[in-house]
Amino acid sequence: MTPRVETLPTQASREGSPWTGLGAVIMKEMADHLTSARMRILEILIVLTAVGTVYMTMQNIRENIGEDPFLFLRLFTTSREPLPAFVSFLGFLVPLIAISLAFDAINGEFNRRTMSRILAQPIYRDALLLGKFLAGLSTLSLVFSAIWLLIFGLGIVGLGLPPNGEEVARSLLFLLVTILYGGIWLALAMAFSVIFRQSATAALASIAVWLFFMVFWEIIASLMAQILSPVTYGLPEEVLAQAQVGMVLARLSPNTLYAEAMLAMLQPTIRSLGLILPSQMQGAILGAPLPLGQSMLLIWPQLTGLAAATILLFALGYVLFQRQEIRA
Amino acid sequence: MSKPVIETKDLTKKYGDFVAVDGLNLTVNASAGESDDKQPGVVFGLLGPNGAGKTTTILMLLGLTEPTSGSVRVLGFDPARQTLSVKARVGYIPDMVGFYDELTARENLVYIGKLNGIRREQIYERIDQAIQRVGLSDVADHPVGTFSRGMRQRLGVADVLIKQPQLIIMDEPTQGLDPEGARAFLTMIRSLKEEGITILLSSHLLHQVQAVCDRVGLFYRGKMVLEGTVEELARRVLGIAYRIYLDVEQPTNAVTEAFKDIRGVVGVKQLGATSYHVEATSDLRAEAAAAVVKSGGRLLKLDVEAQSLDDIYARYFEEVNHDAAS
Repeated sequence: MTPRVETLPTQASREGSPWTGLGAVIMKEMADHLTSARMRILEILIVLTAVGTVYMTMQNIRENIGEDPFLFLRLFTTSREPLPAFVSFLGFLVPLIAISLAFDAINGEFNRRTMSRILAQPIYRDALLLGKFLAGLSTLSLVFSAIWLLIFGLGIVGLGLPPNGEEVARSLLFLLVTILYGGIWLALAMAFSVIFRQSATAALASIAVWLFFMVFWEIIASLMAQILSPVTYGLPEEVLAQAQVGMVLARLSPNTLYAEAMLAMLQPTIRSLGLILPSQMQGAILGAPLPLGQSMLLIWPQLTGLAAATILLFALGYVLFQRQEIRA
Repeated sequence: MSKPVIETKDLTKKYGDFVAVDGLNLTVNASAGESDDKQPGVVFGLLGPNGAGKTTTILMLLGLTEPTSGSVRVLGFDPARQTLSVKARVGYIPDMVGFYDELTARENLVYIGKLNGIRREQIYERIDQAIQRVGLSDVADHPVGTFSRGMRQRLGVADVLIKQPQLIIMDEPTQGLDPEGARAFLTMIRSLKEEGITILLSSHLLHQVQAVCDRVGLFYRGKMVLEGTVEELARRVLGIAYRIYLDVEQPTNAVTEAFKDIRGVVGVKQLGATSYHVEATSDLRAEAAAAVVKSGGRLLKLDVEAQSLDDIYARYFEEVNHDAAS
């Protein structure tokens, strides 16, 4: 062999930006999402939910009008038989939509044999994965923003009065929390789509995780709390300690974090998400709403937790995808 | 001499204990000519049984898999570090190329164009040219889901032409094509070569490789065991490259002796009363004809057959297996 090979300079780091082609991936993926039949079904489902719950709520609100300074927020949280409140619907609709957007993100490309062709273009894998994630997140944002506007529109027509500034701000933050919550499931489903070569397996695994947190985690958390911090003598300190351990464990679930953040945003009268002793309530005016800034402070840990979980799950998928063999 | 299109040095790839590619030294030069004028490209064929390391080598050339050790240069770039430069200049048609079935041919190509960062106004022009080139203009706006295997393969060529590559790598390009489709595809490879594009293709369809490749490399267990033109390989493996058939009226022993005296003749056989075949290391038709005439015979018929890659391949693996067994 000629010695030419050795004299060529070796570059220490990879050239160019890892985001080359990111825009193209996002545009393509969003176009796919928005035109897919899957999305149509979910859109119909969620519009039905919004219209149905808002209609039922409106009837409830009309009966008790004038009792609440935050009427618009009640649109999201009030439930009336036989339908639960819109927010409780969201608790399981959001994961469902997010999972359905991402469970075949990576393995789908392998199954269609397009992966090696796409990666043979001058882009890095980073751009493909992040592009797919951002496209999913944008689609989620788009859908939820549309529903948010729909509910507000229905509210204005139905209630006959405009929302005040704080209601708009609080419900916008609620929208943001919902999108962050969707991000977790999107990142989870995407990580599974890297791990499993079959799309169906990835979908099933994501749904299993969702069911686990939805149904079993609360039971497990209280059981674990009983084991970790048992009440032996029935002292109030022991009971308190157990409740606190139980709460810490419950908050490992994104569902709990989302539910707490959502409640604090939409119900301004909520002043604590943890345990509160009667002594701590001394001097408080019960039922008085907190200002927005204080509610924000209340849910700041929850927001951080949701964002951190999304980033961690995305990082997991990212690392696995970077190491994956491309040969189909 | 310009720098080689592909140059690997002791390239090795291991998956755990399994050695997929073992110390590969491969050099593919752009063309034999010295000048910088537009020369026809070179078609290099990678041959070998399944699992011999062909696809792994291709993935390393594209930077899609990192080598365990050794070095690779493609068009002078290191695919592991200068991935974008390599991938912007090299077109890759994977084995059983896949497209987004719900999108049209044109939409599929637009996505590729955008990923390559081609300016919007240029994309459509290049796509039209590429689609026309591969003869898919009529169906450019049909969803790819309706395409046949051959059409997909041709779309795969259009797909790499968009980036105007200097090198095209094809993995098993004619696998699964009907004979007519395969022939059309080989014609397309030749016309790409005429444009100065270097082509590396892997295949185990030997007669097709022989039909288009200027040089071939034979892979076996991660090593390139033979490399050269088909003629060179025939000489190395079979000892002969050509078999010349002659019919001579009233043959005499003098004719046989005259054949044996020609330099480069390996063997002479008399097949029937009047016909001979002469095995030679190069094309010696003229010399054989002269020998017949000189020795007083009357030449009736003269024919030549180049050794096929099939024979070389079969013989080589026969020997390898024989050695392994003993």
